[in-house]
Amino acid sequence: MRLLLDGLTILAVGAGAFFFLAGTVGLLRFPDTLSRLHALTKADNLGLGLIVLGLLFQAEGLFAALKLIGVWLLTLLAGATVTQLFARAARNGGSPE
Amino acid sequence: MALDIFLGLLVLGLAVWIVSTRDTLAAAVEFVAFGLVVTLVWVRLAAPDVALTEAALGSGLTGGLLLGASTRLARAETATSGERHGAVLRLSAAGVCALISAAIAALVILLPEPAPTLAPEVAANIAATGLENPLPAVLMAYRAIDTLLEVVVLLLALLAMWSLAPDHLWSGLPWRPDAVGRDGVLTFVAQLLAPVGILVGIHIFWIGSVAPGGEFQGATILAAMWILVTMAGLRDMPPMSRRWLRVVLVIGPAVFFAIGLAGFAIAGSFLGYPPSYAKQLILTIEIPLTLSIAAALALLIAGPPERAAQ
Amino acid sequence: MAEFMLAAAGFVLAVEAVGLIRILKGPGDADRVMATQLLGTGGIAALLLLAQAMDSPAAVDVALTLGLLAAFVSIAFVFGIAQSRTGGA
Repeated sequence: MRLLLDGLTILAVGAGAFFFLAGTVGLLRFPDTLSRLHALTKADNLGLGLIVLGLLFQAEGLFAALKLIGVWLLTLLAGATVTQLFARAARNGGSPE
Repeated sequence: MALDIFLGLLVLGLAVWIVSTRDTLAAAVEFVAFGLVVTLVWVRLAAPDVALTEAALGSGLTGGLLLGASTRLARAETATSGERHGAVLRLSAAGVCALISAAIAALVILLPEPAPTLAPEVAANIAATGLENPLPAVLMAYRAIDTLLEVVVLLLALLAMWSLAPDHLWSGLPWRPDAVGRDGVLTFVAQLLAPVGILVGIHIFWIGSVAPGGEFQGATILAAMWILVTMAGLRDMPPMSRRWLRVVLVIGPAVFFAIGLAGFAIAGSFLGYPPSYAKQLILTIEIPLTLSIAAALALLIAGPPERAAQ
Repeated sequence: MAEFMLAAAGFVLAVEAVGLIRILKGPGDADRVMATQLLGTGGIAALLLLAQAMDSPAAVDVALTLGLLAAFVSIAFVFGIAQSRTGGA
């Protein structure tokens, strides 16, 4: 059982790290600000979600697991909305609405 | 080990980059990034309390303050960016900085092994304070007077900033971001994030007695959430002449000071706590203190009054 | 397991550092402000991994605080860009 959980953790964390890498590759290769924002938010948040999933298998107790999920949801919410603001700022050349 | 080396190099690289950046807004962004990396360094050094403080105050709050400064300077920036200081000035500045860095490095490297520390004494006597986390024990019990003076300094800083207001705007409102849409993303963020943030802030404050946390970190989160709400236009900052605002600002240090004076009667010295109800006393101090610090930090970020009160 | 977590944290940080270099060079202030978002997400991932690897549950609290403050600073910066473009407060 322990081995299974550890194996799942390694798999999920590895996949998460891969998505972080994908996000940075997108950051380096995409031509303009808006598409870079795409790569940044979507890939990185998915990577974070997978890492949280992997850590859930190692979590001790319900409260610790809920806290991890809470961190992920918070980052998701903040990331999605803040990126919208960035995108408007980048597109409108400065004004955030 | 490799992780630590990498973190160290990253910190140094970022520091060099920041110093060589010309544009103040970019430098402020890089400073926030720097703070995030330093937070990781503190976690690696097994100091989560300091990491929490760095993330909240060193990176987040100071980033907000620097940002405010850079936008206010934006008008003057084009005039000064053309200045080039003489080589003598820059070389002497570099020399002084290098000297200080070398001195600090020498001190750290030459520390006797094991390094002198009072940690065993703190651990031995901590039962008398009623707390389990040694950091609040030091902050609120062993060296409570330092914390009291810190909060007073915070209030003095606020007063100093307020005194930058022109006479006719005294008791006015701070700058308000213009052109804020009533619908839209920012309102959504503020409405959703602020309650969560307030809960997290209270949690971080409350858990400070047994785990990393405490009133400064919790207060910073509360202040940041309040600024978020004002940025979204959901509420306006109160004018600085409001009595309740001034009461909130003063009540923390006032209670702290009062309990300190009471310490003469109860326990025989200023800020002495009788062991039987030390924890309750500390809690009585910490709750208004958190409110005062949160208000002071929020007002510091908001800036001096720039609009007349209605 | 702990070594794997540390290695994963180091990898995420290395990847973020490369991205950071690209962002901080990038033309335009909007690009640079993305740095806070990037390091925010990456930093939180690294912190959660470190929390597990170093058996330090307090690091999860640090990650929580980081998430909130990173969001706050990012929004403040977006306003800052708008303000400095239109000529200051």
